[in-house]
Amino acid sequence: MVVLANAALIGGLIEVCREAIAANADHLSELDRAIGDGDHGINMRRGLEAVYAERNRLAELALPKALEEIGLTLVMSVGGAAGPLYGTLLIAIGRQLGGANGQQDFARALEHAIDAVARRGRASPGDKTLLDVLYPVHAEVVRRAGLAGISEQAERAASLTFGMRAMRGRAAFLGDRSIGHVDPGAKSCALLTAAICRFLEEQCPA
Amino acid sequence: MIPKSANVGIVIVSHSPLVAEGAADMVRQMVGDCVPLAWSGGNAVGGLGTHAAGILAAIERAWSDAGVAVFVDLGGAETNSEMAIEMLGEPRSGKVIICDAPLVEGAVMAAAEASGGAVLARVVATAQELSP
Repeated sequence: MVVLANAALIGGLIEVCREAIAANADHLSELDRAIGDGDHGINMRRGLEAVYAERNRLAELALPKALEEIGLTLVMSVGGAAGPLYGTLLIAIGRQLGGANGQQDFARALEHAIDAVARRGRASPGDKTLLDVLYPVHAEVVRRAGLAGISEQAERAASLTFGMRAMRGRAAFLGDRSIGHVDPGAKSCALLTAAICRFLEEQCPA
Repeated sequence: MIPKSANVGIVIVSHSPLVAEGAADMVRQMVGDCVPLAWSGGNAVGGLGTHAAGILAAIERAWSDAGVAVFVDLGGAETNSEMAIEMLGEPRSGKVIICDAPLVEGAVMAAAEASGGAVLARVVATAQELSP
């Protein structure tokens, strides 16, 4: 069960996401060197550090507003393609959850936000992007798979990008040569999903 | 200082600060300072890349009520430019167009058109004629 009502979780979520990226930044850049411009880990780390620096202020906000502001911080600090994509995801989730009474169904907000990311990047599932993790994660959320199930699915989905041919981003220029590498955006997305799931599980054991 | 102009503004966005600045130099040589012009190149820490905050600042610098035409190189430049335009907010965001045109040639042609007082749609169309 994904719990989203507790604003006190914000600080912790920021912390585990920052740790997940910091611990894997070199690996993400290495993946990006194979099919992109080699800076995904550095860019993501810069973004998460910027969010971390703001964590006390962000933790004071209601969750929808906090997500929106975290998204904006990522846009302003990550750069590349990842900044606008992750930023769009969080801003859209925040805006959707923040509507009316703030109690909207999380799965619907997530779906709406993932669609916004797809439009922003003009990408579809199967194009070897972070969408190839986000849509499976959403499917697991919809079928209430549980946090461990969501996390496992995210990791599996990221590894499946290994066999895909990139259709968007710098990797698309490589054509068939992009096959045989895990997409760095899909990987960072899986790492963040796993970190969030692990944290939520610790906070709210079943 | 660029005098306040009624002409359409031009913004150049490249992953490379050198490319962005160089293209802007070429535009400046063509049209002098009668067209508002700004560039954004590189990521938030000056390395290769693009970032929305820098692009947003460039659009502000090149702002004209007649609108702004933006020229971009590779994919992330376009995505970040779209994000920057959204952050500009309405109604100004409606007056900024990302051109589907080559960066250098597009910017120079657009600037030449803009320097004659053409409206935004005309400036953009002139640049986009360069695309196959």
